Amino acid sequence: MELKNLINLEKLINSELANKIVNSKIENEELLITTTKENLEGVIKFLKNNEKSKFRQLIDIAGVDYPEEEKRFNLIYLMLSHENNMRVKILISFEIENKIPSITKIFPSANWMEREVFDMYGVKFIGHPDLRRILTDYNFKGHPLRKDFPLTGFNEVRYSEKEKKVIYEEVKLEQNYRNFDFSSPWEGTKYMKEINDKKHDKKN
Amino acid sequence: MTKKTKTLNLNFGPQHPAAHGVLRLILELDGEVVEKADPHIGLLHRGTEKLIEHKTYTQALPYFDRLDYVAPMNQEHAFALATEKLLKIDVPIRAKYIRVIFCEIGRILSHLLNVTTQALDVGALTPSLWGFEERETLMTFYERASGSRLHANYFRTGGVHQDLPTKLISDISNFCKKFPRVIDDLEDLLTDNRIFKQRNVDIGLVTKQEALDHSFSGVMLRGSGVSWDLRKSQPYECYTDLDFKIPIGKNGDCYDRYLCRMEEMRESVKIINQCIEKLPKGPVKSIDGKISPPKRDEIKQSMEALIHHFKLFTEGYRVPAGNVYTAVEAPKGEFGVYLISDGSNRPYRCKIRAPGFSHLQAMDYLIKGHMLADVPAVLGSLDIVFGEVDR
Repeated sequence: MELKNLINLEKLINSELANKIVNSKIENEELLITTTKENLEGVIKFLKNNEKSKFRQLIDIAGVDYPEEEKRFNLIYLMLSHENNMRVKILISFEIENKIPSITKIFPSANWMEREVFDMYGVKFIGHPDLRRILTDYNFKGHPLRKDFPLTGFNEVRYSEKEKKVIYEEVKLEQNYRNFDFSSPWEGTKYMKEINDKKHDKKN
Repeated sequence: MTKKTKTLNLNFGPQHPAAHGVLRLILELDGEVVEKADPHIGLLHRGTEKLIEHKTYTQALPYFDRLDYVAPMNQEHAFALATEKLLKIDVPIRAKYIRVIFCEIGRILSHLLNVTTQALDVGALTPSLWGFEERETLMTFYERASGSRLHANYFRTGGVHQDLPTKLISDISNFCKKFPRVIDDLEDLLTDNRIFKQRNVDIGLVTKQEALDHSFSGVMLRGSGVSWDLRKSQPYECYTDLDFKIPIGKNGDCYDRYLCRMEEMRESVKIINQCIEKLPKGPVKSIDGKISPPKRDEIKQSMEALIHHFKLFTEGYRVPAGNVYTAVEAPKGEFGVYLISDGSNRPYRCKIRAPGFSHLQAMDYLIKGHMLADVPAVLGSLDIVFGEVDR
């Protein structure tokens, strides 16, 4: 994984896909390409089939939630090229009600990865053959990895001696989850304020 | 006159000894031939990724032991590498060698479990009894280094928790002398065994192209003849200084994957031997007081050390904003961590890429057309551990 190759790849992508990508940057020796949901399929197809890139393997799809932002969700597609020994990350960001084109036709392995994103974030994919929940319980409500979903969840299960079966109940906690606030008057922890200010600035 | 046929739905698991954990497979059978398999996973889902978002970087690390609990330190490694990449810190050379020793021990642990239990699934009982004895020895090495047999929490950002006890190195070295003999014994039992071959040869065939399309990694990819190992192609730690080979399969069936695993164990022994020979002296964790905690006796002497200790175990350290993906060659395949930091003391998002997830996904296409009895054989050779699949 040489930086030189990444720079060449970035050049190639910028020249071949100029109208399909929003921007590209190399950070921490990794190439991140930002595109839009409309061009996603095109970009991935190009990267998979082009002779110079040959990204034949989809490694993972990661969702990210930024509740303060208008385009709330991000999806990051991680791809790997064995031939050129390179990795690339493709990022799209979109609003909560947007539907994303599925890439299961390009990579069959995207099936479960998209199901996981749907389960965890509630993002819907167009053209997915079987968009069901995957990791959470049967009849689960809500999308756990969204930032507004509480860590302790809503329901808990236990075996009821009385009813002789497993029952669902609302979560009861002896002590609430303690979320420590590090923006204390302690010297040197101004950064929490800085991060919050940054988020606030973006909103305005 | 045509005979009407109806497929039979069979529920395999979630409690089944050959399911290697809590897997529920809905099988559609036509007689004894499997027509469709629909794996239902998530019965061991603990919300690791969500929990990590609420913990400091130090507190997040132990969750990685609980993913693939057969080879805990390999998982920790990926997370430690990710935070180190964001923090842009270097790991002392001795720590690198210690990490490699324990990653390879983890690989042997995992392969031993997989090979022997897969043999058990197809009817060979003895290998598992022999293999587990060796696993026990290896886990005592884990215990002597970290204090814990399974949930080690030994790798830390910037190095490892503490230096190895003096006698441990010579004991590992002794183990490495004896262990190849055990692999020979296991091979005597299995490699030419007629029943074992009948159950594994030409079962669960994967071609090169299919392996790529289904995001296979590790032995699943190498068994199909793709020469790809992150230790060689994208080396991390001190793997560039070590001499080892990557075994590659030819046919991509369960039997070739078994052979690859056996050969990888031999290579791991070689790697451990080289590391022990070369093991340099020096510190085992970063000397940056803002990242690694001070020594116990320093806390009693130095005010600065005391403050560092307090700050590290309450607030933790801050990691610069950014996002990285780091991957290690875990025994089961490419285990990756995609980490997003917002500059605070907690990860904003930590996506865990578990190799078993994509392997299990291919179950449907692997098993189509096979007999019901082949289900455990294929499942065994996929090397599934539900800790990492369900996260």
